[in-house]
Amino acid sequence: MSEPTTAAITLNIDGADVTVPSGTTILQAAGGRGCGIPTLCYGDTITPKNACRVCMVEVEGSRVLVPSCSRPVEPGMVVRTRSERVDHSRKMVLEFLGSSVDLSLTDHVDEWNAEYGADPTRYGADAATLADQPVKVDNDLYIRDYAKCILCYQCVDACGEQWQNSFVIEIAGRGFDSRVSTENDVSLPDSACVYCGNCIQVCPTGALMFKSEYDMRSAGTWDEEHQTVVDTICAFCGVGCNLSLHVQDNTIVKVMSPSDSSITHGNLCVKGRFGFQHAQNRP
Amino acid sequence: MDLKTRAAPPTDAEREAVESVLGPTPERSLRDVRGGHALKAKRHLLLPTLHAVNDRVGWISQEAIDHIAERLDASPAEVYGVASFYALFSMTERPAHQVHVCVDLACRANGALDEHDLPPGAHPSPCLGVCEQAPAAFVIDAGHVAQGVVAGHVTPVQIATWTAGATPSSADQPFRATAVPQAGDPSLVLLRRAGRIDPLSLDAYLGDGGFTALARAREVGPEGVIARVKEAGLTGRGGAAFPTAVKWDAVRTQAATPHYLVCNADESEPGTFKDRTLIENDPYALIEAMSIAALAIGATEAFIYLRGEYPRAEATLHHALAECRARGLLGHVGSEGFDISLRRGAGAYICGEETAIFNSIEGFRGEPRNKPPFPFQVGLFGKPTVVNNVETLYNVPGIVLHDGPANRRLFCVSGAVRVPGVYEVELGVTLGGLIDLAGGMREGSELQAVLLGGAAGGFAGPADLDLPLTPDATRAEGLTLGSGVVMVHDQHVDLVDQLRRIAAFFRDESCGQCVPCRVGTVRQEEAVERLAHGIDGTADGTVDLALLRDIGQAMKDASICGLGQTAANAIESAVVRLGVFR
Repeated sequence: MSEPTTAAITLNIDGADVTVPSGTTILQAAGGRGCGIPTLCYGDTITPKNACRVCMVEVEGSRVLVPSCSRPVEPGMVVRTRSERVDHSRKMVLEFLGSSVDLSLTDHVDEWNAEYGADPTRYGADAATLADQPVKVDNDLYIRDYAKCILCYQCVDACGEQWQNSFVIEIAGRGFDSRVSTENDVSLPDSACVYCGNCIQVCPTGALMFKSEYDMRSAGTWDEEHQTVVDTICAFCGVGCNLSLHVQDNTIVKVMSPSDSSITHGNLCVKGRFGFQHAQNRP
Repeated sequence: MDLKTRAAPPTDAEREAVESVLGPTPERSLRDVRGGHALKAKRHLLLPTLHAVNDRVGWISQEAIDHIAERLDASPAEVYGVASFYALFSMTERPAHQVHVCVDLACRANGALDEHDLPPGAHPSPCLGVCEQAPAAFVIDAGHVAQGVVAGHVTPVQIATWTAGATPSSADQPFRATAVPQAGDPSLVLLRRAGRIDPLSLDAYLGDGGFTALARAREVGPEGVIARVKEAGLTGRGGAAFPTAVKWDAVRTQAATPHYLVCNADESEPGTFKDRTLIENDPYALIEAMSIAALAIGATEAFIYLRGEYPRAEATLHHALAECRARGLLGHVGSEGFDISLRRGAGAYICGEETAIFNSIEGFRGEPRNKPPFPFQVGLFGKPTVVNNVETLYNVPGIVLHDGPANRRLFCVSGAVRVPGVYEVELGVTLGGLIDLAGGMREGSELQAVLLGGAAGGFAGPADLDLPLTPDATRAEGLTLGSGVVMVHDQHVDLVDQLRRIAAFFRDESCGQCVPCRVGTVRQEEAVERLAHGIDGTADGTVDLALLRDIGQAMKDASICGLGQTAANAIESAVVRLGVFR
């Protein structure tokens, strides 16, 4: 994302004038994530791909709706974040995704379905779905459950040029058959994956998950309410990456990194992400 | 980047195929050579390299993908992601002999086999762009010299012969000028050389006034050319009808360099065959027109992106480009001069979208980009770029040489008319007038409906015969000229079947990038199928008709590009204007 410059731009959002630096997106100008505009594929450490189209807003003079997550503001722009067209397209996107993938671990979906009147079941039991595919468990560190994948492209971008530069996964296929894949769908141990887990960090739907979390969820022992999150510094090298240790029953169950950390921007290496066993080797 | 490729080497055939595009394989391991930027700069050769392997072997193995990745310093996953985007490539082993049978709109209206009735070994194909000869098939033989033949008027018996291993002869291909029933008519402008001037002879072209327009363009200069194009009122013929002079001037005045010109010949809109017809009959005029356009916008490099299902047009252009280079009419001398690269698509309708075409040429998945920025600002390789449709460019030489409005238009007339083909008419002819020009309806045929503008267009009915075929008049009726498709359906055509195919077409051709189109096209097809089979659950289909409206509105409003935005048009117009499903 380009850095905002200092020139100020005034636009009108839902009847109120707002002045922001040029280069700001409509979503940022409207207050960012949590301002009431729903977002799914948008992540705060990845350049917006605007693939999900749930954050669409109406911009006066534009024939089609506009993705607020990535459209930069322009002077005099008149934006409506709610309208009949906006609400309709958000409802349909929620239904399209809800009827084709498993959104059970995606934040806010139930709330938005209610708000926009989305009913993913109205496409019938025979509606084509990707939600019935098996989970890929091919290593001890993380699993890939593409039944939950909304194709937000964030893992691909995090693995590729935006963060890790490993380019292990890409979107393959086309249309409804598009999927995140290694070359020829080889397993992760056969790929160039370095297990940095930065794809897990950006995944908004739980499609990519620590194996430890997956196993506990499968066993019914995953209990977020009784977890604590401990922020600390990785002890492995001198970079000083920030870690957020998710702890349940005095055991580390997953390791994330704060996306607003100026050191990591949410990224870690395999040691910081998965090399925590020594911390809980008790006498 | 941590490249991890498998130890298995490519076969000799695969390696040779790759070398035919990328040059000799370095002797040392590429991982020691560390090619870096020099290799990465060849990324735009990925699609030609994939073609080379697919042409030679018939499919693209994992070893070949690894090898290509090494040669381009890309990751195997990226190469696989690109290769798996295109319908003409296979990542699983298959015979070198492939039969693709068109099951699209014009062909199925003309008795093509249904997708489900094809013999084993025949692949259903979207429109092959020979609708005047419907039904059509495309037979490919991979090998040292790969061969592709598109045959017209194919019979089930022929298809069975070909799937058994035979290859159609060149006699099965329609003559180039067959698609131009008006050939030889002295009033023709865009099609004036069809059937009259040998398309394989540069001398014949030069003898017919070829390259005089380029000479004239050099005299009047870029601004002079653009002024003439503006005065002629030339608008894009690909479907959007944007003023060409505005596009050209916007790129001409951009500070960033270099500027690029892309000729969009990825004609894949079902029912469209005018670009193929122009290129097969008059290839040098395209080269001259592109030379003029490049002069106008300040480009020294241009690309022709030709759809992969046009082997004869490709061969014709290759020949013409080589002749022009040999005579010094094309080619770089140091930093001076102008040259055109020919790029072949690989079976992806979406690559005709003006930003998807950039990604495809650059060696990435052919997914459309967000606009803004627009191509005139950030286009091919991130530089200011003009994308022009083939027919648009054919207007240019005449405009430069003669004053007067650019009021000739090509229509691809197919279906139940006596003489289907590409017709050149003065803008303003009515739908009925055009059908008359095509010999009127076939014996015993009564007009039922006309698909205007292709799968992304809409249906007109018998009441619309007086409709002038102009952008404004059609827009006022909620229709579009689009790419000039006029597919005439008589009473024997099953319109519901046509709608099912249109829905299937968009489901197949959606790139999958954005949710409204990726899932919307699937849900649209499901609703159409339910309506077609009367299993809506409500006696009058109200539930699914309402669903179609909901889906269509979301695709129109929220899709990234024109494919999704128009994917509901034809179905909606059939329901609203013709009362299908009612």
